Amino acid sequence: MNKKMLSGLSLLLSAGVYAGTASALEGDPEEGKQVSATCVACHQADGMGKNNPKAESWPRLAGLPEAYVAKQLHDFKAGERANASMAAFASMLDEQEIADVAAYYAGLEAWPELPTAYHAADPDDAAEWLADRGDWEDDNFIPACSQCHGPNGQGVGASFPPLAGQHEAYLKVQLEHWRSGERHNDPNELMAGVANRLDDDQIDMIAEYYATLPERLEARGAQQEEDGQ
Amino acid sequence: MSLHKSRLLMAGTVVSALGVSALGLSLSAMAQDGDVERDYQVQLPEPPDGEVTFTPPKESELSDSQYDEMVRLGRDLFVNTQTLRGENVFNEQNCSNCHLDAGRLAHSAPMWAAFGVYPAYRGKNDKVNTLSDRIQGCITYSMNGEAPEKGSEPLVALQTYLHWMATEAPNNTSLPGRSYPSLEDAAKEPDRERGAEVYANECVICHGDNGQGQMVGERQVFPPLWGDGAYNWGAGMHRINTAANFIKANMPLSKPYSLSDQESWDVAAYVNSHERPQDPRRRTVDSIDEVEELFHQHNGVYGQKVDGKRLGDHTNFGEHPDPLDG
Repeated sequence: MNKKMLSGLSLLLSAGVYAGTASALEGDPEEGKQVSATCVACHQADGMGKNNPKAESWPRLAGLPEAYVAKQLHDFKAGERANASMAAFASMLDEQEIADVAAYYAGLEAWPELPTAYHAADPDDAAEWLADRGDWEDDNFIPACSQCHGPNGQGVGASFPPLAGQHEAYLKVQLEHWRSGERHNDPNELMAGVANRLDDDQIDMIAEYYATLPERLEARGAQQEEDGQ
Repeated sequence: MSLHKSRLLMAGTVVSALGVSALGLSLSAMAQDGDVERDYQVQLPEPPDGEVTFTPPKESELSDSQYDEMVRLGRDLFVNTQTLRGENVFNEQNCSNCHLDAGRLAHSAPMWAAFGVYPAYRGKNDKVNTLSDRIQGCITYSMNGEAPEKGSEPLVALQTYLHWMATEAPNNTSLPGRSYPSLEDAAKEPDRERGAEVYANECVICHGDNGQGQMVGERQVFPPLWGDGAYNWGAGMHRINTAANFIKANMPLSKPYSLSDQESWDVAAYVNSHERPQDPRRRTVDSIDEVEELFHQHNGVYGQKVDGKRLGDHTNFGEHPDPLDG
């Protein structure tokens, strides 16, 4: 099967999975841009959000999968995902506006496409090891992040959002919330299962790893190109 | 299907053991006729109960020696077996899909426990099977592939990786944690309709609503469970008991032992009631009936009718380039 067919399949699949949880309206990005006027104060005009280590961080939305954004908004509105500011904003949106604004942010700027080629994890790099090999020993049973979020954490379908290039403080807080149960809108409690077994150091190091991964990969690629010339 | 399956289920291994021993006689006759060598893929005895005490060495301890470099190459092939795609591998599987944590995880058929139980005599093909025979079998069936030759680099690398993982493991001993833990016989006969529900709730998010798995670019993230990208009809995982055991202890990923025994049986029956590439041994006999009689006297549904169609009644070998008479 070629790549196009496969991505078509995964789109269909994501739509199917999502359709199971909520009615999927078709979003209009132009309309969504109007809706986004309420979002830009935090998530910024370019949808890139902001890392605020000392306060609440605002995640990057630009390029997140449409169905993922829509699900989060539904969950904020329904109280399935607890966040005071988002609950207020999401409850102002109707179904169509949620679909529209999700379509808008999904198409605003593509999430960085990162290399997919196999790269052996360095056993001396604890963060890379956790990301690509996991932490299974002593009954920890922590799969590698990439086993669900894809190579270099660039996301898989609508259920496993991209991690690489998301803000560090946001990733850290989300992992802590998965672990404490404060966030619990993961499909099949797959993320809670993992986060429950992560310790503080692992959370800190993996948040930093994925936040900075795109730039490190770029530097590595440039270096390889230079070496190759 | 239900009658046949239930009989096999209740009688369990006794039936398959008897069935295959009887066949062993006809095998000798065939072998004398200069016929192809039969590989019955019969399972070894169950591993002992008890606490898992063995821990394989860490990759951080590897040096730059030639041996250690070969270990690394084997590790790479184990987790990214797709690098052999088109040469030895003709589906979308990696070894590490069924042997989690790169073959290190107990109760996930870890390689450190497999290493020391070979060579093993198997009465079924009446010979002593080596580790390289066994790995070749995995590639032929689970990878729907063309096994690399003995002594070739991929096979040496995989063997070296296994050998290293078994460092300080007792030799010729079945260790706790080997293979997948065996479930008790199902309380209710495994049912693929109940299994379809389990699949839709627990598995579809990763493996897809048509068992196709998911990719990112050219990279497989979630392996296909049926269809051309999956293990073929000769792979151990097509047996409902093997899949149920694997699922119970390892799936959904991050939630081991979360499914009930019955759910594990049912979803295994559902997954393994789908079409997949033909059993490669079909090339060595005249009909699917013969494949079924010789090689499928166990807990699987090859040759049985599901939704009016007989499973395995085709000559689709997936991507494998050899045709029926190849």
